[in-house]
Amino acid sequence: MTDRALSVVRAGALTTVQDLGRPGHAHLGVPRSGALDPPAAALANRLAGNPVEAAVLETTLNGCTLRPRSTVTVAATGAPCRVTVDGRPAAWGAPVRVPAGALLDVGPATAGVRTYVAVSGGVAVEPVLGSRSTDLLSGLGPAPLTDGAVLPLGRPAGPHARVDVAPQPAPPAELVLRVTLGPRADWFSPEAIRVFTSRPYRVSPASNRIGLRTEGPALDRAITRELPSEGMVLGAVQVPPDGRPVVFLADHPTTGGYPVIAVVRTPDLPAAAQARPGTPIRFVTAGRRR
Amino acid sequence: MRTLPVGDDALLVEVSSGEEARALHAELLRRRAEGSLAVREIVPAARTVLLDGLTDPDRLAAELALSDAPPAPPHARDVVRLPVRYDGPDLHDVAAHWGVPPDEVARIHAGTEFSVAFCGFAPGFGYLTGLPPRYDVPRRATPRTAVPAGAVALAGPYTGVYPRSSPGGWQLIGTTDAVLWDHTRVPAALLAPGTRVRFVPVDGS
Repeated sequence: MTDRALSVVRAGALTTVQDLGRPGHAHLGVPRSGALDPPAAALANRLAGNPVEAAVLETTLNGCTLRPRSTVTVAATGAPCRVTVDGRPAAWGAPVRVPAGALLDVGPATAGVRTYVAVSGGVAVEPVLGSRSTDLLSGLGPAPLTDGAVLPLGRPAGPHARVDVAPQPAPPAELVLRVTLGPRADWFSPEAIRVFTSRPYRVSPASNRIGLRTEGPALDRAITRELPSEGMVLGAVQVPPDGRPVVFLADHPTTGGYPVIAVVRTPDLPAAAQARPGTPIRFVTAGRRR
Repeated sequence: MRTLPVGDDALLVEVSSGEEARALHAELLRRRAEGSLAVREIVPAARTVLLDGLTDPDRLAAELALSDAPPAPPHARDVVRLPVRYDGPDLHDVAAHWGVPPDEVARIHAGTEFSVAFCGFAPGFGYLTGLPPRYDVPRRATPRTAVPAGAVALAGPYTGVYPRSSPGGWQLIGTTDAVLWDHTRVPAALLAPGTRVRFVPVDGS
């Protein structure tokens, strides 16, 4: 192992390697995967001087602790948190120099769920089907980080960005998700459509990279027969037999047999990735974009 | 043929049979190959084909509404042969559903030519059709928490082979040593939509 590497001192609750994912293989049953909050991951890369496709770390709620073997530039974005280098406070949302052998601690998120940690050169694990992303549904890509693991780093692409503070959206206190009804809205009663688009839901603690699960009023079906499996898109709001909508996130299955009542607008999904369990959700109908 | 908008940049094209879905899928792949269809994903399924990542879904929907149902494409020439031992724990249950002795399940299954209607559930998991409707079987009432890799299984009108160990509710009738999915291999998936498949009994059945 060269010194372009990162030792994992504390893996955290769930830290995975993520990049832009592996779209283009859905017909083989391969989820797209990739960072759940793509703008935050892209910003972390830009701050660390990486191209947008470089692989970053995606933490879940309680951060992680890393020790680079060579001097690197890192940036933490997404869910805000305390960042320290050898115990000294460092910036969140800005480039931070971490000397070789120093301890970088990305602390628990003070709001939101997922902090992104970009390291200059990018995490250089072996790609699978063109992507380094961990796919938790199908097990493709590297396993989630474990204490003591060592991750290879790539060569730095260029100088880090010259910014002091990059603006980032605050994690949502209330999640407002704009949806386009369909393709299977007609499988639900008019009352169910009204409930879905007017009553409050909450983020369920059972949410994960596959889907944002919800708690709230169950949606009744107008058509109760079985739906033959059909292709699923990112942001699809699928309604399983318990009637509680599930918003499909990056590791969603490529086909499914429960009807999709609506699809969440793609620009609203990063906020969904940062909404903590218990966060109120409102689904708001919006016409199609064009 | 009916097109349903899916969000801002996808279309679900619905047809009335698996055979029509196969023809539509082949036609859409042809259009993409000739450069007249720009799309990120073409995902065939039981009665639909999903087109995801379109720049102008409305225009394509209008176009498809005017076009005739495409003719059935010729079947792929090559046949993937999967060696199988008919030793699954649900062989007797399936025999009971079919109303035949267990040996006969193996004979009927191995005598059928299958084709991959679509993939899903897991990378490399194909939904294979070919058995006549009278051999449809229900899923198991209680799914297994772990089905081994290589398990050959039935559910509804489909046969499938588990590419890796996973939970599953299908009826297990046999086992294959074929590697269904290997991401270091090109192609990674042994079975893709349209692939023809035969199960070849090997010793131990």
